[in-house]
Amino acid sequence: MATINLTVNGKSRSVDVDADTPLLWVLRDQLQLVGTKYGCGIGSCGACTVHVDGLAMRSCQLRVEQIGEQKVTTIEGLSEHGDHPVQRAWLAHDVPQCGYCQAGQIMSASSLLENTPHPSDVEIDAAMNGNICRCGTYTRIKAAIKSVNAVG
Amino acid sequence: MSTSANSQNRRNFLKTTALGGGGLLLGFNWLTGCTGKASQPGSVDLGPELPESWHDINAYLKIGNNGTVTIYTPNPEFGQGVMTAMPMILAEELDVDWKDVISEQAPFNAEKFGFQFTGGSRGIMSRWAGLRQAGATARQMLIAAAAQEWEVPAEEITTKAGRLYHAGSDRAMGYGDVATVAAELPMPEEAPLKDLKDFSIIGKSKKNVQGREIVTGKPLFGIDYHKEGMLTAMIVHPPSFGQRLERIRNLDEVKAMPGIKDVFAIKTYKDGQEKGGFDTNAFPELVAVVGDATWRVMKAKKALLVDWQEQEAFEESINGFRGKTSRKVPAGLENSAEHSKRMEEMAAQPAREVRKDGNPELAFRTADRVLERSYSAPFLAHNCMEPMNAFAHVEGDQVWIAGPLQAPGLIEPTIAARMDLPVENIDIEMTRMGGGFGRRAYSHYMLEAALISKEVAAPVKLIYSREDDMTNGIYRPTYQATYRAAIDANGELTALHVKAGGIPESPLFANRFPAGSIDNYLAEEWSIDSNITIGAFRAPRSNFMAGAEQAFLDELAEELGKDPIDFRLELLQKAKDKPVGERNDYDPERYAGVLKLVRDKSGWGQGDEGISRGVSAYFCHNSYAAHVLDLTVENGKPVVQKVTCAIDCGVVVNPDAAANMAEGGIVDGVGNAFFGEMTFTDGKPDKQNFDSYRMIRMSEAPKVIDVHFVASEVDPTGLGEPPFPPVFGAVANAIYRATGERRYKQPFMGKPLKG
Ligand code: FES
Ligand code: FES
Repeated sequence: MATINLTVNGKSRSVDVDADTPLLWVLRDQLQLVGTKYGCGIGSCGACTVHVDGLAMRSCQLRVEQIGEQKVTTIEGLSEHGDHPVQRAWLAHDVPQCGYCQAGQIMSASSLLENTPHPSDVEIDAAMNGNICRCGTYTRIKAAIKSVNAVG
Repeated sequence: MSTSANSQNRRNFLKTTALGGGGLLLGFNWLTGCTGKASQPGSVDLGPELPESWHDINAYLKIGNNGTVTIYTPNPEFGQGVMTAMPMILAEELDVDWKDVISEQAPFNAEKFGFQFTGGSRGIMSRWAGLRQAGATARQMLIAAAAQEWEVPAEEITTKAGRLYHAGSDRAMGYGDVATVAAELPMPEEAPLKDLKDFSIIGKSKKNVQGREIVTGKPLFGIDYHKEGMLTAMIVHPPSFGQRLERIRNLDEVKAMPGIKDVFAIKTYKDGQEKGGFDTNAFPELVAVVGDATWRVMKAKKALLVDWQEQEAFEESINGFRGKTSRKVPAGLENSAEHSKRMEEMAAQPAREVRKDGNPELAFRTADRVLERSYSAPFLAHNCMEPMNAFAHVEGDQVWIAGPLQAPGLIEPTIAARMDLPVENIDIEMTRMGGGFGRRAYSHYMLEAALISKEVAAPVKLIYSREDDMTNGIYRPTYQATYRAAIDANGELTALHVKAGGIPESPLFANRFPAGSIDNYLAEEWSIDSNITIGAFRAPRSNFMAGAEQAFLDELAEELGKDPIDFRLELLQKAKDKPVGERNDYDPERYAGVLKLVRDKSGWGQGDEGISRGVSAYFCHNSYAAHVLDLTVENGKPVVQKVTCAIDCGVVVNPDAAANMAEGGIVDGVGNAFFGEMTFTDGKPDKQNFDSYRMIRMSEAPKVIDVHFVASEVDPTGLGEPPFPPVFGAVANAIYRATGERRYKQPFMGKPLKG
C-alpha cells in the first residue's frame, strides 16, 4: 500500500492503493470516476481511454505510480457542462447504442482532434482503431469526428 | 380516429396488471429498473422542469402539476433504444409535447409490467398496442377531468401537445392543472387511438434519452454500481469445458494476500436442481475471491492454484419455454478439429426429416445436373463490451440484486430455488446494459453474486474479467449446412434439399424461404452433443442459415444464368401465386418488397460494372431485410465500400435510432463474417481476450451504410436482429464477385483474399 498523489480533472487527489494498481482501477474504485470503463485490461479495446497530459492513453496499462505530476483527464472532466465539441457532435449524430465504449471513443477522438483538427479517413482509422465498439457505431463515430471542425 | 373498447375494469387492469406484452411470451415477467434516474429528452441542455407533485395516472406514467410527464419503459435497455422509443409510443397517444417527457426505466414488477424482456426483437412489437392504450386512456382521463372542471361535455374538449382546449368557451389549460383530479377518475370505457397519419412523435426521429448521460460518463451500467461498504468479487472457473473443481491448493496463502477478505468455493445449483431454460451454465462450481479493491482481487485470482478434474457425463432436466426436456452432457475435453470431422461425418449421413414437399428423391434421380455446396461457421462469443457483472446484497432472508440482464423474470425463480427463499424476497434492479446480444438472458452471474454476498455477509459487486467472460460459454453454436439443387435438361430448378446441423443444435428453419417456392423440397437436420454451452446470439440459428442459404441461391442463380435478384423474385412470385405446402412462414410480397427497394436504392444493374456487389435477403423475427454490399480488395484485404439496406419492419417508431441499430447489425455481420471465431483445444477456449479474438474495428467497418425502410402501416415488428443474418450472405457473394473465388467456411478471412 502506498499513498499516491494525482491530479485528476484539475483536482489534486490522494489515494492509498497498491503502487502497481492500474490507473483505471484507481479511477473506478478509489475516486468513483466510473465513466472510464473496463473492457479488456490488456490495452486491446480502448474502453479505458483517458488523457494524460492531453494525450489519449489506455488507463488499464498505466500503473498509478507512473503518473507523477502528469495531469489526468477523464470523461467526467472533459468539459464542465458536458458540452465539449466532441460530446456535442456525438449527441448531434446520436452515436451511442449501448454506450459502454463511448467514453473511450470520445477521449480518443478529442485527443486526435486536438492535434489534427481536420483528420483524413486514414488518420481517423489510425487513431480510433484501438477502440472497439461491439454495437458497431463506427460509421456514426467517423461522421461525428468529421463534423467537429467542419467549415460551414 | 380508431377506437378500441375499454371496459370499466380495464382501469384495474391498467393500474395493476401487465399492459401489452404481458401474456405475450409464456406469461413470464421481466424486469427493468434503473435507479429512477430521470433522463432528459428534448433539449440537450435542460430536461423538463421537475414538478412539485406527481400524480400516478396508470402504471406507465405519472403527470406532474407543471405538466411534466414521466413515462416508464417496461423493457430493459441494452442499446436497442427502448428507453426512447417506448415512451414515444405512449407520448403520441397521450398527446403530449416530447420536450415535457422524462423517460425512466420501470422497476422490475411483473404484476404491473408483464414480461419485462429484451430479446427476440420483440420489444416494440409486444408493447405497441399496450403503450398506445396506456397513453390513450390517460388522455381520456385528463379530458374527463377537464370536463368536470369546466362543466362542459367531454366530447367538446380537444387536446394538443399536453394542453386541453374547449373551443366553445375559449378556455385552455395544461395536463398538469388537472392531473390530481384525473388520477382519481375511473378508466374511460373507450380510448380512441390516433390515426397513423396524425402521428406527430412516432416516425419523427428523437435523440437517445440517455445520450447526454452516456457522453458525460454518468454511472448508468451495472459495473458502475456502488454501495457503501461494498466488496469486489471475482470468480475462477475451470479453464476447460468438461472440467470441474477438485481442490484449491493454496487457499490460506491467497486469503492472506493484502486486501483479500475471503476465498471459497460456491456451487450455483443444488444437486439435481431442475433448471430453467435460461439457466445454462457450464461451470456451476466456482472459486470466489473477495476483496476490497478490484486490482487486489485480480492479483489474488492470478496467484490462486486450483486443481481441476474431469467432469463425468450427466443428464440434466430443464423446464423451459418448450416444457420439460432433458439435456445429455457428454464427458471429455473437446477439440475444434474433432468437431469439424464429426460434423462432416454427420453431414454425409441421412438425417432427421423435418419437411418434405413433392418427390425430391425422384427429382434428384432424374436431374440433368445437381449443384451441391456445403457451408460452415464456428462458435462465436458474444463479447459484450461490458463484461458480465452483478451487485448483490443478501441480508437475512432478503436478496437485493442490481445489474445488467435481459430477463430478470427468468433468473428470479432460479435464485429463489437455490437460496430456499420465496421469490418475493428477491429484489432485482435492472441497470443499463453495455450490450447484450442474447448473452445477458443467461444471468447466472446474478445468482453467483448473491451466493457470494451471503457467504461474506456483505454487499458485493461481482465482476468477470474479460477472460472470464470470453471463456464462460453460452456461445453461438458451430453449424454446418449442405444445400443441393436439382436442375433438369431445360435448365429449370426442380428440387432443393437442405441438410443442416450443428454442435449441439441444428440451425434449420424448414419452413422459411425458399420452402414454398420449390415443388420438390426436402429439409433434414442433425445435431451432436457437447459440453460446450451455447445460447441465443443475435438472431439465433438465422445468423448462420441466412448466410448459407443466400450464398447458395447466389451460386444457383449463376448456374441457371439468372440475375441473383431476379432469381429470388421469381421464386417469391411462385411462393405467392402457387405456394407449395402450407406452413410457409413468410409473406412473399413483403419479402420481395425489400429486394425491390434495395435493388432500387443501390442502383443494382445500373452502371454498376466495376463494382463487386453481393446481394442477400432474409426474413426472421417477423421482419424482412435485404442488403447490397459493395466490396473491393486491397492487398488481400476486403474493404466494404458501401452497404445499401432495405428493411420492412412495419411502422418505424424512431427512424434515426432504427437506422443506427440496422447499421450496427450490419457492422456486426461484416465483422463476424470476416473474423468471428472461437475454437477449442482440449476443451479450452483458444481465445481469451481481444488480442486474439478478432473484433471488427473502425478501419474495417463499411465506409458507407445507407438504410431504407419500406413505408408501412403495419404494426411494428422486430428490428434488432433481422438486419444481421443476411449480411453474411451479402459478404460471401461480394467476395466472389471481387475475387472469382467462393468462400464456404466462416470466418471468411481465415486466409487472405485473392486480388
Ligand atoms: S480496458 Fe484498457 S484497453 Fe481495454
Ligand atoms: S455503443 Fe455499445 S459498445 Fe459501442
